[in-house]
Amino acid sequence: MSQPSAPTAAPSRFDVHRVRQEFPILGLVIRDRQLVYLDNAATTQKPRAVLDALTRYYTKHNANIHRGVHYLSETATEAYEAARRTAQQFLNAREPREVIFTRNATEGINLVAQTFGRRHIGERDEIVITGMEHHSNIVPWQLLCEQTGARLRVVPITDDGELVWEEFERLVGARTKLVGAVHLSNSLGTVNPVARIVELAHRHGAAALIDGAQAAYHFPVDVQALDCDFYVATGHKLYGPTGIGLLYGKAERLEDMPPYQGGGDMISSVTFEKTTYNELPHKFEAGTPHIAGAIGLGAALTYLTGLGLDQVAAYERELLAYGTEVLQQISGVRLIGTASEKASILSFVMEGVHPHDIGTVVDQSGVAIRTGHHCTQPVMDRFGIPATARASLAMYNTREDIDALGAALERAREVFA
Amino acid sequence: MFDLRDLYQEVILDHNKRPRNFGQFAQPDRRAEGYNPLCGDKLTLHLALEDDVIRDIVFKGSGCAISTASASLMTESVKGKTLDEVRTLFANFQGMLTGDAEADFDTDVLGKLSVFSGVRAYPARVKCAVLAWHTLQAAIEAKNKVATTE
Repeated sequence: MSQPSAPTAAPSRFDVHRVRQEFPILGLVIRDRQLVYLDNAATTQKPRAVLDALTRYYTKHNANIHRGVHYLSETATEAYEAARRTAQQFLNAREPREVIFTRNATEGINLVAQTFGRRHIGERDEIVITGMEHHSNIVPWQLLCEQTGARLRVVPITDDGELVWEEFERLVGARTKLVGAVHLSNSLGTVNPVARIVELAHRHGAAALIDGAQAAYHFPVDVQALDCDFYVATGHKLYGPTGIGLLYGKAERLEDMPPYQGGGDMISSVTFEKTTYNELPHKFEAGTPHIAGAIGLGAALTYLTGLGLDQVAAYERELLAYGTEVLQQISGVRLIGTASEKASILSFVMEGVHPHDIGTVVDQSGVAIRTGHHCTQPVMDRFGIPATARASLAMYNTREDIDALGAALERAREVFA
Repeated sequence: MFDLRDLYQEVILDHNKRPRNFGQFAQPDRRAEGYNPLCGDKLTLHLALEDDVIRDIVFKGSGCAISTASASLMTESVKGKTLDEVRTLFANFQGMLTGDAEADFDTDVLGKLSVFSGVRAYPARVKCAVLAWHTLQAAIEAKNKVATTE
């Protein structure tokens, strides 16, 4: 028998205060109070690593990519493609060419709808989505349905904000060509069983698209393990810049799709008689891309990976539990979205106080939350409410932030008592 | 807190809790709907006209405190007024919320509508306060479409 191994180092604790130091904006004082930023589902703040990467790019590498033979163009191209490899590893895609840079998650979905969809989805075919999709995973499919005569089917949700699984199984069938589902609902916080959804789609020969805009910065995503055909994410929620997003697609799917937009970079050769399209991923990246954005996103993903998304997820889980407890103690507050699997989102209404008024009152305490329908009007209709107030957490939030929200909500209750 | 009370004055809180002229007519002379797509506020106005005088007016809908109180106070202010007087009121109301200087509005004309002066400091909430007025304007112009704040 071998010697008992030396005790391994204790797992490094997630040090939120150290993380906060990396985000300069968190030091801001708003209305004489330290900023409490709880609108992370809308966009997250940016760490120094991202800000530095952007500055470095514009001061040391700025040039157009994939064409120039000069030094700057080569270093810019290398940095841009390095960011793609970072994204590939972040999502655990098989190859870098399976990662397409887009403007945002919305563009990723539109790209799939207008290329894969136009080629493979026809009249009387069906697209199945869930009742908790963001408008960005509804409208592109409605547009496609108008263009092709396909039909959109919607999986209902329960009072807790979970999918009605029997209905899901009933709705997906021989006519289904694509199943689209949100990984983490932005208005309910529900984490959907996406691997199971992908399996259900594949069982019926349909492709599966997962909208990971909210998910990818809260817990690890492994597109190979999920086996999804497409996965979309957006840079500005991954602590990266705005205007840059990710579309993952299985290589064989992407190969089989026509280009999305025509232009420079997406071609191999152009004559007036015949144009040959470039290979993946360039086929889907027409025109000069958001080079700095991609590089900034790469820096964000490297930073996140360094912290460890497992650690981030564990920390945020604890914070969400605390937030749930604090909100439940405020009289008149009712949580919207009480699924058993949840992450990072605290959506709620308050008796006698409209969400819009809650937003204004807590803002006076320097607490930033979101109020409204959160681009999920069907979810609001489902729960029979016009809007919710939503506090959404990120890894740099603390229990003190939650306490500040709690105190601000008590103020709101007093004002409207 | 002081600055919050500037926005949420007692009169506003009272009208939010107990909206006046809340309801609908069986046969309104004019009706119009208002919608603020940003926050989902919805409002329906019913008017009873006599020549160019608003003889009676009621509203129904759901919204935040500012939009509800604004609709409620508006119905009180315009009842019995001519359409021209209403237009002047609206211009003054808008001047108070978004105008450049005090010259843009007359507090004597506005009367108790002046309680909304605090909204000026909250640009995101101006739309809440003017929704009812846009809707009233649509009813007066007899536009058959939903008035929005966008």
